[in-house]
Amino acid sequence: MTMDFKDSPNDAAYRASAQNWMAENAPHHLLGELQSVPFFTLSLAREDPIAAARAWQRKKAEGGYAAIHWPKEFGGAGASPIQRVIWNQEQGAYAKLDLPFSIGTGMVGPTLMSFATENQKRDFLPKIASGEEIWCQLFSEPGAGSDLAGIFTRAERDGDDWVINGQKVWTSFAQYADYGLLFARSDFSAPKHKGLTMFFIDMKSPGVEVRPIRQMNEGSTFNEVYLTDVRIPDSNRLGGVGQGWKVSINTLMHERMSAFSTPTGFEELFKLCRTMDGPNGHPIDDPVVRSKLARWAALSSGLRYSYYRSVTKLARGEPPGPEASIGKLAAAGAMQQITRYALELQGEEATVMAPEPGLGDGWFQSMFLRAAALRIEAGSDEILRNIIAERVLGLPGEPHSDKDIPFNKRKRS
Amino acid sequence: MNFDFTDDQKELGSVVRRFLDEHSTSSHIRSVYESNCGYDRELWTGLGDLGMLGAAIPEEYGGSGAGYLELCIIAEEIGRALAPIPFTSSICLAAEAILLAGSEQQKFRYLPEIATGRKIAAVALNHNNVRPILSDNQLNGQISLVHDAPLADYIIITATQNERATLVIIDTQDCGVTIENRKAVDRAHPIGRVILENASAESMVGAAWKDASGVCRIVHDRAAILIAFEQLGGAERALETARDYALERHAFNRPIGSFQAMKHMLADMFVATQLARSNCYFGAWALQTNADDLPLAAATARVSATEAYEQCSANNIQVHGGIGFTWDVDCHLFYRRSNGLAQLLGGRSHWDDRLITELDKRTA
Repeated sequence: MTMDFKDSPNDAAYRASAQNWMAENAPHHLLGELQSVPFFTLSLAREDPIAAARAWQRKKAEGGYAAIHWPKEFGGAGASPIQRVIWNQEQGAYAKLDLPFSIGTGMVGPTLMSFATENQKRDFLPKIASGEEIWCQLFSEPGAGSDLAGIFTRAERDGDDWVINGQKVWTSFAQYADYGLLFARSDFSAPKHKGLTMFFIDMKSPGVEVRPIRQMNEGSTFNEVYLTDVRIPDSNRLGGVGQGWKVSINTLMHERMSAFSTPTGFEELFKLCRTMDGPNGHPIDDPVVRSKLARWAALSSGLRYSYYRSVTKLARGEPPGPEASIGKLAAAGAMQQITRYALELQGEEATVMAPEPGLGDGWFQSMFLRAAALRIEAGSDEILRNIIAERVLGLPGEPHSDKDIPFNKRKRS
Repeated sequence: MNFDFTDDQKELGSVVRRFLDEHSTSSHIRSVYESNCGYDRELWTGLGDLGMLGAAIPEEYGGSGAGYLELCIIAEEIGRALAPIPFTSSICLAAEAILLAGSEQQKFRYLPEIATGRKIAAVALNHNNVRPILSDNQLNGQISLVHDAPLADYIIITATQNERATLVIIDTQDCGVTIENRKAVDRAHPIGRVILENASAESMVGAAWKDASGVCRIVHDRAAILIAFEQLGGAERALETARDYALERHAFNRPIGSFQAMKHMLADMFVATQLARSNCYFGAWALQTNADDLPLAAATARVSATEAYEQCSANNIQVHGGIGFTWDVDCHLFYRRSNGLAQLLGGRSHWDDRLITELDKRTA
């Protein structure tokens, strides 16, 4: 099949039916607000955002558009990779309502499909797809972020149960979550990567305490989660005892493709440059501004077409190529630069949460603050560069002085 | 939607790569640097005989008629190999101009010789208003800089006739044509000054075109995509060269590629090449289908590929350290070629501007 950017007749038919369905079912009264809200936040003026998100997710599940890439037997839409792209295009700004479910559908679900029992898959997956249950991912800890295999949360066997003690952090949407995918250390005498086991827990269990973090951007989507003598049955284990590292790699692999939807803020900056009245007319008429915009335009279209290249591979049943590893790294840095440039154009007005036509007040200011986290979460810039250098370019790995010694014998810094 | 080349097209790429690995080595390039010939004739006609130069020229005009996707793949390999040949001038620009604006008779006359590499054509498609004057089919004036002019049999020129831009073709053997060599930074791609004194000129723009500026814009857009593929090929090879050296060279008792400063620099080069590759693919599709988005796709591919090649060719020297600054190591060949390709057709700020103009139109 030759290279083609246009819809095939089948793709066009799928798009048309998605458009019709959206016209009849989307919560149109929320569209304006969803278009103007910053990325990664979900707030609505007159409705409970989580309730609105659940209602939209349920409607999509009934219409066959929820968990778009999952098999139908687990409550997904069974869409092809290309249909997934089409759906995302058609869903547009309503995708901001997907936020509370993104961990569940993007990372937890696929992990359960690989490691849960058939009964567990039947019990949990359809409820993730329909938004009935929200999941979070209990991975990072105060002492283990980029060095994820260095987690301390303890899982101790007690009869048919495990008893969990420890602290997790940077857990998105834990305050709304019904369940959490839990990464813990089951053997402190084994080497770092070998003593880990993956579980899932009911977030309503006794001993689970969620404390929202007041972030530097004043949002609280991230949380601390304290786990004190939390008892979970052995049936909540995913993969073998000591096999947790392998399971976590599987989870993080699914994060890669989701990372392509990371926005850069370029479209918003472009609109600002076309409409804003500066001292010398619209910024877009200034050659210096045009040059800057052009570089970011090329970057944002490069990301879009890199995603299409990955999707093409997936559609052929092949794993995505090396292009898939650049998404979040390139987008996050760009967002920080793009939003900072928008503030530069606004001048002193940038020091207040300035009204932004078509966007919420202080949209660029909010995204400027939020962008700092984007360069850290889901693999920091530095970790992602290491991954590209080592796994794609074949350069030597970082020295791990603690890799082969028992975890409880390694030197603590 | 399908966003990849076919297996056959990829196989074509490997065939071209194998040919160039043998016929466009460092010593081939360096012998062009040291000679007065200005290009590698054997390589050029070899590619012509394989049907590579005429890949996008229809069979009726002596090409192989394979298509533009194929030509993009060939351009990438030629860029990778730093092939010392007038591919950009003769194939990406002149052949495109003739296909677009030439009469049937001109297509039959010029394209078969260009497709086989037996003749070389160059272009002087100027943006500015300083153009030679055409009057009674005689051309007078000077063009200070024409790429590959010292090699060219023909040059396609924008001239002014009755205060309007028009397109003509001249034969460099004409006694009214003088070409002076200028000292090119990239010595594998010669540059000349063209002096025209009552040179015989053949008018090219048919009745279908109001004036030459429309033709020039379209030719530049189409060529920009092919040149972006050349840049992409060069950028990726510069990255691979840097990576290989970083694995081989040891300092402080470690391969230098084990230092994060090196790893991260190389990772950033990789990001730049992948963004450029993806934008180039969109360009290839637009070129093949003559899509409405072609001007936007061309500017985007060009901006992206220029950036990737500049970054990779400069950092390739950085990774090599002192040895990379020597004449005998090939790093400077990429550095020079990167600059040469970046400045073609108006350079970076011109294409930045084009990109934003097209995006603005689409948003309006």
